[in-house]
Amino acid sequence: MDAILAQLLNGLDKGGAYALIALGLTLVFGTLGVVNFAHGALFMLGAFCAVTFRYLITLETVTVDPTQTTAWGTALEVRTPLAQTWFGDWGAVLIDWSVPLSILLAIPVMLVIGIVMERGLIKHFYKRPHAEQILVTFGLAIVLQEIVKAIFGPNPISQAMPTALRGAADVGALIGLAPGALTYPLWRLVYFLFSAGVIAAVFGFLRFTTFGMVVRAGMADRETVGLLGINIDRRFTIMFGLAAVVAGLAGVMYTPLLPPNYHQGMDFLVLSFVVVVVGGMGSLPGAVAAGFLLGILQSFASMNQIKSILPGIDQIIIYLTAVVILLVRPRGLFGRRGMMEN
Amino acid sequence: MALFQLSRRDALILALFALVVVTMPVWTAPFGANYPGLMQKFAIYAIFAIGFNILFGLTGYLSFGHAAFLGVGSYTAVWSFKLLTMDALPALLLAVVISGLFALVIGFLSLRRSGIYFSILTLAFAQMSYNLAYSVLTPITNGETSLQLTLQDPRLIDLAFTTRGAGLPTASLFGVTLSGLSGFYFCAVVLLIAFFFAQKVFASPFGMMLRGIKSNQMRMSYTGFNTRPYALTAFVISGMYAGLAGALLAVTDPLAGAERMQWTASGEVVLMTILGGVGTLIGPVMGAWLIKYFENIFSSFNEGILSRFFDFIPAPLHDTVVAIASKFVGEGWQLTLGLLFVLVVVFLPGGIMEGVRRIGALFRRGNPPKAGAMRVQPAE
Amino acid sequence: MTTTERNVVLHVDDVSKNFGGLHALSDIDLEVEEGQTHAIIGPNGAGKSTLLNVIIGRLAPTSGAVVFDGQVLTGKKPHQINQLGVARVFQTPEIFPDLTVLQNVMVPAFARRDGAFRVNVLRSVEREAALRDEAEAILEDVGLADRRLSHAGALSRGDKRRMELAMCLIQHPRLLLLDEPTAGMSRHDTNTTIDLLQKIKARGMTKVIIEHDMHVVFSLADKISVLSGGRIIAEGLPDEVRGNIKVQEAYLGGAHRLEAVH
Repeated sequence: MDAILAQLLNGLDKGGAYALIALGLTLVFGTLGVVNFAHGALFMLGAFCAVTFRYLITLETVTVDPTQTTAWGTALEVRTPLAQTWFGDWGAVLIDWSVPLSILLAIPVMLVIGIVMERGLIKHFYKRPHAEQILVTFGLAIVLQEIVKAIFGPNPISQAMPTALRGAADVGALIGLAPGALTYPLWRLVYFLFSAGVIAAVFGFLRFTTFGMVVRAGMADRETVGLLGINIDRRFTIMFGLAAVVAGLAGVMYTPLLPPNYHQGMDFLVLSFVVVVVGGMGSLPGAVAAGFLLGILQSFASMNQIKSILPGIDQIIIYLTAVVILLVRPRGLFGRRGMMEN
Repeated sequence: MALFQLSRRDALILALFALVVVTMPVWTAPFGANYPGLMQKFAIYAIFAIGFNILFGLTGYLSFGHAAFLGVGSYTAVWSFKLLTMDALPALLLAVVISGLFALVIGFLSLRRSGIYFSILTLAFAQMSYNLAYSVLTPITNGETSLQLTLQDPRLIDLAFTTRGAGLPTASLFGVTLSGLSGFYFCAVVLLIAFFFAQKVFASPFGMMLRGIKSNQMRMSYTGFNTRPYALTAFVISGMYAGLAGALLAVTDPLAGAERMQWTASGEVVLMTILGGVGTLIGPVMGAWLIKYFENIFSSFNEGILSRFFDFIPAPLHDTVVAIASKFVGEGWQLTLGLLFVLVVVFLPGGIMEGVRRIGALFRRGNPPKAGAMRVQPAE
Repeated sequence: MTTTERNVVLHVDDVSKNFGGLHALSDIDLEVEEGQTHAIIGPNGAGKSTLLNVIIGRLAPTSGAVVFDGQVLTGKKPHQINQLGVARVFQTPEIFPDLTVLQNVMVPAFARRDGAFRVNVLRSVEREAALRDEAEAILEDVGLADRRLSHAGALSRGDKRRMELAMCLIQHPRLLLLDEPTAGMSRHDTNTTIDLLQKIKARGMTKVIIEHDMHVVFSLADKISVLSGGRIIAEGLPDEVRGNIKVQEAYLGGAHRLEAVH
């Protein structure tokens, strides 16, 4: 029982990441009809927003203190982070909490990147065949990741989580199990809650704002909405920016779990596409449900008890699930008929 | 015999193509690409792309998992070397048969769906093969260390006639060693046969039915065609081409690793085909050559070469130009590749072959097409 | 059954089709005799296209069955139904936009000659002279001979319809289903199409035709069934139907069109 609960929890954070990326992919596909292979790169760019933010707030001033010497007899260099000079003790707190704080940097940056991408390139491909959309966004993804590689280097850059969130939460105690029977790393819990929050925000935005209603109407029937004299294109541009922000935030918060590297976008992209298709092309609830479903299944499949019965299952569970679901349900869990079938 | 007949136009194309392939060591020299290892890759990946195009270009099904068949072909060929003989023909034959069977199973299941659902099914099958090759299937694939020849291989057929040599053997054809240039010419001959068969498919009623499926599958059913076996046949043929290419990779270098089956390899053949021109005979070959050239040559450029290349630029600018250019070569060659994709899709949606057509039209009519003229889009 | 002489080739037997709670077709009985042209008319939303879709196997009926020449069509796949000798012209032309006009007409010829599936890579299309000649002759009939090397996707809507008709005719179907074959055509093209359909009628091909244009209906039909609200409300010879009060009522807004033909 504990073990099953533990695996369920373990699946939630990964599921949250899948769900967030898949949600953005689906938004872009549903609104713009574009198959965006550069979406994984947006996740990666988000992660590097965190790296940049940390780099910026840990910029140091180096002063030489002639009164003190090191063991080698040279003058001691005193390094003081600028943040500390300016904000005093708050500076140290800032650095400690750099990952969550980078959200503040990531939101505007990702929004701009998304809008520039859409206006500069993607908008020319609305009516093009999907194969060409795939090629151009794939090319863009390569360009983005190579640029990141050129700036940040090929090696992963690990990001520390805030000290306060480093421990494990005794989840078991909360639900009446013996203390320590079921613990769960705090940051993973944070990630899950964070992704749930972002998902809720996106759904709320689409459901309860006029902007969101117009966009949803546009997803269902673009021409009619256009005929009503509403400038749907501009709204769709903003939706692309929003999708970029969602992917970016997913990337920012994932950095303590996986040190960012320039090619992580591609790794997540393939899985996210599987997630989107399993959920049903164009269905937002489908993307979220499939994201968590596959994350949790993956976590269960990596249990030793299961691996001993079905060797190698942890390696293929996501793909196997995708195959089974697609063969049983032709359009995924929540897919609509005729969507991307030809 | 009907089997060997080609229309006059196709025969001419084949003859020209043969000339280009056979003289490859000559015309690649100015590009610095005339070493056998790379030319072998040119021939092998051209086969892969030609076969892929029979499925994607003719039938309209975008598979994202064709690297699996490439991998199966390689593994089969290496096992043929290990168990039977170092002769290349049985290895190729077995690889084509096994990858064909593999494609039959995967195609049968995947073709139950169309559009992106088909693409994701093929991707899922290929990724499963890749992941299993690394883990559970290690006895067959030798996992991360790759399947390779050893001094203890049984090689039943070979050793029935000769005694075991001192070192590791190399692949051969009727006793002639296939390495370096001879290896390239062997691949070239196989490429020409593969190209010829693709020409036959393109010109045949079968090829016309595949085009019909791509153009309007519903009309095909109401016209009396059972479209699924047609698509499955195309799938199996393209799987066999991939297996053949995989086997040739093993012939030129008797080693088979799982990374050959990864989705990046599947994506590469998609890009080759689109870059060259979907649905054309020559296009995928050009796409394959261009991408392999970039991969091998651009990645080997370094600042020293660039510095010499930009010698003509005066000194103050020289270092800046070299510094900028160096971002696009060597480690950064993929940046150039990515930019190339974007540029080709934006300006030449039909791939290289459309560029060739436009230039051809330019010469025929004598007046250039309107700048920025968009291609007529078929209604969706 | 009033006479034994009649040779009923298509029998729609008590067919109903529901979409959720909507009764698109209710208890439809229809008998089409060999060699006759049977027109189905009715106001928009009467269920005409649904009926055609049930006959051709695109939709499965909720109850009832369709029998063609002693074979139950219900439950068969579209290609099987076609191979039995049933061809269809769609309301919006279903063609191969990426192929040439000639290829569009040759593809169905291969279906007739080679069956539902045959891998034929030995002989090139170029060497299939007999089929090509036949396709060119039919293109001559429908007046598209000079466009035979054009891209089919580039044809006008009227030309696409005529090409689709040619695609069906080359199969020499025993039953031809036509869904508004002259919709969107000019008066001149409509008359050409009527002539063409009269010509193939002389060859003894059975046809079921859905049509709004009463001029076309009364020029071609041997028998007319009137569909309204998913039911057949009248059936008979053209002259009987013309005078039927119920039919006039069903048409209401469309009544002027009936009168216009008088």
